[in-house]
Amino acid sequence: MALDKFKDKKFFSHLSLLLILVVICVVLTIVRPTFLSYKNIFNLLRSMSITGFIAIGMTFVIITGGIDLSVGSVVGFSSVMCGILMKEMGWAVLPALLANLFLCLLVGLLNGVLIHFGKLPEFIATLGTMQMLRGLAMLVTNGRLISGLPASFTDFAQMKILGLPSLCVVWLLVILLAAYLLKYSTYGRNIYAIGSNKEASRLSGIKLGTTICTTYMFNALCACIAGILLTARVTSAQPSAGEGYEMQAIAAAVIGGASLSGAEGSVVGTVIGAVIMAVLTNGGNLLGINSFIIDIVIGGLIVIAVLIEKNKVKR
Amino acid sequence: MEQKENQIVRMKGITKKFPGVTALSNVDFELEKGTVHALIGENGAGKSTLIKTLMGVYGDQYEGQIFIDGEEVKITGPIQARELGMLAIYQDITLAGHLTVGENFFLGSLQKKGVLIDWNRVYRETGEILEDLGIQVNPRSILNDLTVAQQEMVSIAKAVKEQAKVVIFDEPTALLTDEDTKILFSIIGKMKEKGIGIIYISHRMEELFEVCDKATVLKDGEYVGTKQISETTEEELVSLMVGREVTDMYQIEHVKPGEEVLRVEGITKKGVCENISFKLHKGEILGLFGLVGSGRTETIRTLFGAERFDSGTVYMEGEKVEIKSPRDAIARGIGFLPENRREQGLCLALDITTNINLATYDAISKGIHINIRKEKEIAEQYKDKIKIKTPSIQQKIRNLSGGNQQKVVISKWLCRNSKIFIFDEPTVGIDVLAKREIYRLLEELVKQGNSIILISSYLPEVLGLADRLIIFHEGKTMGEISSEELRKCEHNDLETRAILAASGIKNDSKGEEGYGIG
Repeated sequence: MALDKFKDKKFFSHLSLLLILVVICVVLTIVRPTFLSYKNIFNLLRSMSITGFIAIGMTFVIITGGIDLSVGSVVGFSSVMCGILMKEMGWAVLPALLANLFLCLLVGLLNGVLIHFGKLPEFIATLGTMQMLRGLAMLVTNGRLISGLPASFTDFAQMKILGLPSLCVVWLLVILLAAYLLKYSTYGRNIYAIGSNKEASRLSGIKLGTTICTTYMFNALCACIAGILLTARVTSAQPSAGEGYEMQAIAAAVIGGASLSGAEGSVVGTVIGAVIMAVLTNGGNLLGINSFIIDIVIGGLIVIAVLIEKNKVKR
Repeated sequence: MEQKENQIVRMKGITKKFPGVTALSNVDFELEKGTVHALIGENGAGKSTLIKTLMGVYGDQYEGQIFIDGEEVKITGPIQARELGMLAIYQDITLAGHLTVGENFFLGSLQKKGVLIDWNRVYRETGEILEDLGIQVNPRSILNDLTVAQQEMVSIAKAVKEQAKVVIFDEPTALLTDEDTKILFSIIGKMKEKGIGIIYISHRMEELFEVCDKATVLKDGEYVGTKQISETTEEELVSLMVGREVTDMYQIEHVKPGEEVLRVEGITKKGVCENISFKLHKGEILGLFGLVGSGRTETIRTLFGAERFDSGTVYMEGEKVEIKSPRDAIARGIGFLPENRREQGLCLALDITTNINLATYDAISKGIHINIRKEKEIAEQYKDKIKIKTPSIQQKIRNLSGGNQQKVVISKWLCRNSKIFIFDEPTVGIDVLAKREIYRLLEELVKQGNSIILISSYLPEVLGLADRLIIFHEGKTMGEISSEELRKCEHNDLETRAILAASGIKNDSKGEEGYGIG
């Protein structure tokens, strides 16, 4: 039945991803039973949450047919702002976080404006903001980390909610929000439409500028949250925080089935992609495998995932 | 069969079928050395299909025989066609823009002196070829720095350099000024002297008489006849092109147009359209006819807010309205089915449901929350109502046939409750059955009190469907054919008139009112 086959296509690709994940987990558990220990799982979830935020935002950007290289730098910038506002300027935690979120939203807006209204290629615009933000973070801190952050802030990262790390709970909330947006909101339909065909979307009355700017702002927001939580977790603000995160986020989205040509990608896929990457890294650590080898494996996984996806479409 | 001495190409009984459509049926075509042979016919007559068959675009998927220099060959692909000495000059230049003229000429075969490229020789030889053809272009210029006309000349010269036996020109003067056209014709003259056979496709009748020796007319995929240019007239060729029976294909029930719903006054956009004015009434189908580039599509796009215009006013139901974006137009009940459905009308990677609802999400949502049930209902409803053939509304658009894709675009505006529908070339690339269904939809729409602006470069379609017809030429309206005339006159006469007007030729002998500039 053509109908059933189509309906299940996405489901199947998610299923096969899950299968890969389960196989990796089973193998790891057999070789190193500590993999399944509460402590290890706890750490695993906590560490994957940080890049997981960015992967969610990145998925949205990729669905519009764009790319955002600046998010890693936004993490660093957000981290530094935490340090400056809370430590050096002595702001209370809440206003500091709100100010931080606001600034990062501005960065996202700048990306959107450069891309849509300035007509810059996404790659170039965000490459520019990436460099500028990293430079800014380094400049204001002189390249040094800021420690001695208020305990009320850093404690949050150590908290457990229902036995889960707090970071992971925040991530889950963002996942739910994102999944809702993609599946049930006009905004979600609009970004898929834009990713598939900008001109047709415009001629159907979709506000391109607003939608594109919102998407880059959402991504910057996710990166900002990642920066804040990372800072809380390591208890210091670091200007070099988040380096390379943008690539991990892209990798998670692509492994999860997002297509860089737009209009394809899902929250579930990206989350599975992010978990697979985190498990591979964690497993590598447990087994004492050289982390460079893990890089090679993840790289290969990206290529294979896309190869399979591409050739499926052809048929 | 006799084999004429200097015949290069002979195509015999060529038939080319696409799923659902026979694009060419038993067409003959012959080309002699050193002659310019025009291939004419209306859009959809099969000219480009014939050329593409000869150029190997369809591989060996054709029926019939092709002889090159008297020897039968089976064309299997573009590379083979190229090796047989056939070369097409397309409107979009296919040279490397950032290289010099000389580099383009010898791309892949740059002469070397030892290990180094012999640039002097490259540029000297390029210069000789250009000079020989009378093309005044420096071989060392970067291609992108040249004008479009110069680039076209360069690609022609390259064809000569590569010793093409047959050169095909597809609307070569479309982008050229009168002066450049003269230069082009003198180059064509020199190519004839070299014994090259030229196939010349153009909508501009007057050019044929200037540059061609023979003309072959195609109509609805069939061979009509071949004429010596010296022994024929424009009128004869046009009547051969259009001399078809008007079938009941276009017989639809018209309603008596009601009050004015839309009035456009003096829309002007520099270099695109000039002082365009027209009215549209309730229940009316207004036809806009003109050749590609005549400004009809551009006028409509500005009306829809897809492009800005410099001056002009739009009134809807007597009230002046500002339409600054497609969003404004949609909010006012205008739906637009663009010329190129794949590039402008549809999100190919998405499913039917999303595409149908694309302009309607505002109406079926609370805040940003879409009523998913409603969304599906609408898609199912239109799938059944206008018979979109698909196993499921979750099918992706790219898997549908052209006709079904077009029905999705129409559904998009139907479910938005549009009142004015703009259809720009609604039946391009659609098979006959689906065409009829789309015409029925138009009928249905006007019966329900909607109004339609129908743009088409296929004359029988606009003549058959429209209540009134406005003709565009070079960004201006060239006149109007009223509903009385459309009912009364022989369509063949009207077609001749419309084609002449669209080519910018005023035929005073008829001297009828309303045929001058409107």
